[in-house]
Amino acid sequence: MAGTTYLEAGRRALIEEMERDGSVWALGEDLGRGGVFGQYRGLQEMFGDARIADTPISEACIMGAAVGAAMTGTRPVVEMRFSDFALCAVDELVNQAAKARFMFGGQMRVPLVVREPVGMWRSSAAQHSQSLEAWYAHIPGLVVVAPATPADNLGLLKSAIRCDDPVVYMEHKNLWGLEGQAPEGEHLVPLGQADIAREGRDLTLVTWSAMRHVSLLAAERLAGQGIEVEVIDLRTLWPWDREAVLASVEKTGRLLVAQEAVSVAGFGAEIAASVAEALHARLAAPVRRLGAPRIPIAYAPPLEDRARVSEDQIVEAVQGMIAPAPVS
Amino acid sequence: MNDSASGREAAAANLDPGRFLPVLALMWRIRSFEELAIESLREGLVLGAIHPSIGQEAVAAGICPNLWRTDLLLSTHRGHGHTLAKGADPLAMMLELFGRAGGTCGGKGGSMHIADFGVGMLGANGVVGANIPIGVGAAHALRLRRAGEVAVCIFGDGAVNRGPFLEGLNWARVFDLPVIFVCEDNGFSATTRTRSLTGGPGVVARAESLGLPAEAVDGNDVLAVDAAARAAIKATRRGEGPRLLHCRTYRITGHTAADQAPYRDASEVEEWRARCPIARLEAALRMAGVDQARLDETREAAQAGMREVRDRARAADWPDAAGAFADVQDVGDPAARAF
Ligand SMILES: Cc1ncc(C[n+]2csc(CCOP(=O)(O)OP(=O)(O)O)c2C)c(N)n1
Repeated sequence: MAGTTYLEAGRRALIEEMERDGSVWALGEDLGRGGVFGQYRGLQEMFGDARIADTPISEACIMGAAVGAAMTGTRPVVEMRFSDFALCAVDELVNQAAKARFMFGGQMRVPLVVREPVGMWRSSAAQHSQSLEAWYAHIPGLVVVAPATPADNLGLLKSAIRCDDPVVYMEHKNLWGLEGQAPEGEHLVPLGQADIAREGRDLTLVTWSAMRHVSLLAAERLAGQGIEVEVIDLRTLWPWDREAVLASVEKTGRLLVAQEAVSVAGFGAEIAASVAEALHARLAAPVRRLGAPRIPIAYAPPLEDRARVSEDQIVEAVQGMIAPAPVS
Repeated sequence: MNDSASGREAAAANLDPGRFLPVLALMWRIRSFEELAIESLREGLVLGAIHPSIGQEAVAAGICPNLWRTDLLLSTHRGHGHTLAKGADPLAMMLELFGRAGGTCGGKGGSMHIADFGVGMLGANGVVGANIPIGVGAAHALRLRRAGEVAVCIFGDGAVNRGPFLEGLNWARVFDLPVIFVCEDNGFSATTRTRSLTGGPGVVARAESLGLPAEAVDGNDVLAVDAAARAAIKATRRGEGPRLLHCRTYRITGHTAADQAPYRDASEVEEWRARCPIARLEAALRMAGVDQARLDETREAAQAGMREVRDRARAADWPDAAGAFADVQDVGDPAARAF
């Protein structure tokens, strides 16, 4: 194990995979200068400007070109800068990348990774803060990944690059500087496998991305009150680790989902519905979801905070679910 | 564009029948395939919409015979001709239109998603202009792999008003990619005249403004398309970067096989019928000394071949319904567990 950061782990993942496989290349804006967050720092010097390609500000063409290049024997890693800008390339991802293999009867695959930094970060307001993972989880053909720790950013990005499916890879902007440990040798995290971030017997808290850390803080506080919360970080949203979640709720009898995204039609709804369908009889309390209200994200901190799920909200929600129902 | 009658006659007298009789056969195969597809649509055998290219055959037949089998081609919703010309099996294509087992895409794509990667045909596309960035990316991969092939990306005149046209052409220039863009201009963006929707002097000027050499050719003259395509492919293959060909043509049918095209005069259609690219090649071949019997044989053989294709497709089975779950994705495979 060695100390690293979330950003450095992602950088290392790309370096290792580019060294391992000559068909891997990256394309996006400003990569030669390290990318906007520095996740590509020094890579053009290492691999040259053909494999770390600086592109025009042409998101549709960045994604579309990656689709064409992925169909024809290369493994592109697409950098979208902010997930918000990937909306300029929705046709290329949703109509083309996700469907080509199926539509063309399995004649080829589209092995590309699109890195889409998500989430609220330093007063970035409505067009630079969104968490739109549910959009992509809805689309057959796509794999959707949202790492929360340095070790997972290393191991999941490596697995994503090796995956033959198009993968939407959502790093959280607020986690770039997060420190943690990562194995020194080869480290692969399988796609589709959740991480039990904390074990507990009283309630299952399903989360992903940056909300993992808020959830763990809340769980720590609740432990002080004698409430043991099991925190499951999904890590991959599609396919999500249904077995791990169902096994946990089977044990605890309670499910709370905490997500940064807008709650309405968010991915938490899918988990809540699945658990309610499968384990209705086992539930000791109604399933609950926490997420952002359905408002655009604002700039000024007191306004921005209204879109945030806080540690307090999680603690309160858990307490409400544990408290015995009032006798009517 | 040298459209003078005397220039054409001189070119025709010199043309090599050994090279152009197969081109004529190809044009008849395309024409016949599409006529039978339209007939089959009326019989309920073709299931979804089809966009015929009857009248536009010279574009496909002028370009594709100049390509290697391993060169790459990207097409549009109006792509039967391009796909046949690139060497796809007509039976597999007809099966695909009928939604039957053995279709190029196993019955999962239909007319608008025909692809045959085995012959470098990377797909028709149901989204106007979407094939431009994909073609650019395929060319980008050719460059990365230092392959000697080129990519050809065909799109309609309507596509030049979509953003990916600008993004894709600029990208091809910036990375100096081996790609030839072909604007197959039939004058219509679906059912509206493209000129009423398009600013500026047109696609050639747009390409030139981005630094691409561009040339306009008579898209109903297969000899002209052939000559221009040959030169463009040669230059691009030599490493001279992307270029664009603008082929002016006309579709004789409506936008789809069901469109009666009330938005144009019958006289306009008749004028273009008189410029039929197949008849023009036949005239040129006659002038080069090919006798009528040989031309008739070529047509009849192509038509008979396509009728056989249609008859065989009619007798084919539906695909296994399990195919609906196949080839979606490896990770989270719905064939392993349906969610
Ligand atoms: C992005 C997009 N918008 C609209 C359509 C509907 N549509 C299908 S074909 C077509 C006309 C395209 O015109 P053009 O590119 O000139 O090709 P043509 O049909 O003339 O061959 C339209 C608008 C579409 N398929 N994709």
